[in-house]
Amino acid sequence: MQGILTIFRKEMEDQFSSTRFLLISALIVMVGVIVASMVGMAIKEEVRGLPKPTLLFLLLFTATGKFFSFAQFLGFFGPLIGIILGFDSINRERVSRTLSKLVSQPIYRDSIINAKFLTGVAIIATILVSIVLIITGLGLPLTGVVPGAEELWRLAIYLVMSILYISFWLGISILFSVIFRSTATSALASLAVWIFFSFFISLGAGFLADAIAPIGQQGAGGVDPQVVLKNAKIQGAISLVSPMTLYSEATSTILDPMRKTTSSLILMGPLERISLSRFQSPLPLIQSLAIVTPHMVTLVAITLLCFGVCYAVFMRQEIRTI
Amino acid sequence: METPWIIETEELTKRYDGFTAVDHLTLQIREGEIFGFLGPNGAGKTTTLLMFLGLTEPSGGKVRVCGFDPARDPLRVKGSVGYLPENVGFYDDMTARENLRYVARLNGIPDSVSSKKIDDLLRLVGLTEEATKKEEATKKVGTYSKGMRQRLGIAEVLVKEPKLVFLDEPTIGLDPDGTNRMLDLIRSLSKEKKITVFFSSHLLEQVQRICDRVGIMIKGNLVAVGPIQELAKNKLGVDKEHYTLEEIYMKYFKEV
Repeated sequence: MQGILTIFRKEMEDQFSSTRFLLISALIVMVGVIVASMVGMAIKEEVRGLPKPTLLFLLLFTATGKFFSFAQFLGFFGPLIGIILGFDSINRERVSRTLSKLVSQPIYRDSIINAKFLTGVAIIATILVSIVLIITGLGLPLTGVVPGAEELWRLAIYLVMSILYISFWLGISILFSVIFRSTATSALASLAVWIFFSFFISLGAGFLADAIAPIGQQGAGGVDPQVVLKNAKIQGAISLVSPMTLYSEATSTILDPMRKTTSSLILMGPLERISLSRFQSPLPLIQSLAIVTPHMVTLVAITLLCFGVCYAVFMRQEIRTI
Repeated sequence: METPWIIETEELTKRYDGFTAVDHLTLQIREGEIFGFLGPNGAGKTTTLLMFLGLTEPSGGKVRVCGFDPARDPLRVKGSVGYLPENVGFYDDMTARENLRYVARLNGIPDSVSSKKIDDLLRLVGLTEEATKKEEATKKVGTYSKGMRQRLGIAEVLVKEPKLVFLDEPTIGLDPDGTNRMLDLIRSLSKEKKITVFFSSHLLEQVQRICDRVGIMIKGNLVAVGPIQELAKNKLGVDKEHYTLEEIYMKYFKEV
């Protein structure tokens, strides 16, 4: 415990005094201000025509405004925060030959990697909480409503999920920093994984689904609905491999109480469709949670798995190579 | 009463798939002595050190360091053993004092206790000199020369008040003056602070100057161990007055 705390403290000091953190902070302020002002102005458009707009506050995070919503932005670029924080955590020490010194001190070897991971998570939490607070602070006067308890709960759950999601990417980048000696290689490898999951999985899901269950040409008999269904199911299943899809499906349901399912229109059963069109009232929080529980559990699982792999690789590494 | 052994090994062996790095090493080091550990590159010296520290698990045999088994009780061993690796690394954007404080914290020494000790150590290794008003300790380590880094390395090893220190090539890359000061420092550690010094090197002239006993390791085998004089008697003949360690070493080396 002693070792973890000492390394954690030192790593936090390092992070907070680094140029990297300064850059990330500048980014946070920028994103916060841009999102709040953009959405604040667009929010009037969004609620036009609604007789009695509800849950206005959460719209700050989900309304797309001119370009993107905050939730989309975080889903897409959030991984970069994790990668930036973790890509050189172990191999930097290896290059400067301080790792062999650390392991010859009376601390358990795993406290090194635990402390590094904890530091990353703490920094991620700091960053996310401050962005959300900036947007809230700027957004309150813009929208003119005070959030209710349920909205705050939803926001808190969203924050926890975002921290988990970015920690997964932190885990990926720490893993590469354990495997590769060069910091540039590990940064590039992490970026490659990010690009793979954010662009290629969604592209590939479409291709694969078409290959397995080709919808075919509109013939005389029309398109077989069973095949369309199968195609959509396959596509959905494959894209769920990407943590990005997992995260965005889960958070959009949490942040938007009007969303009652994570599946697309094609896959909805008739009852779901009826209920969607009949009942235009928001879901209670507990129901929203019930919908995305599998997503959340999976998110927790892959984050833990990723850290577990990191841990195992680091602990098994022959000390000579350190 | 005989001084107790601080390191005892019995048939200590380390194999990396198919290759034997250390072959049935049996060795005892007495408390307080300066032991020179010689051998060509790749002879298994560093592997032996890593096994003593519990950083690598032996494939066979027994080893006890400071009365503990490093493989079973690595924290106890690391708490009382200092290790200065070859080409020691520091956090370059921290000052010497901050580097030492970090190591002290890792050893569970509170800042209130360590700050005075760090001052003493910096003075001991010559990184603070009140006379010349030079205050090197407040500079970032990134600006340090090789010699200063080595001296800081010694200070860092001593922060935890070790009973035993492993020095892996501590004088490599130092200028002649720096080498002399380093050797004097090492000798004073042994004589004044009663710290056992395990000195691994292949600079034979230096080993001859400061070591009480030497061990020669070639291809994973300990081919000779004992006081230099004794080895000289065995290998070069009793009558020889002027001998160098190098002659002895080369003789052993050719035999293998």
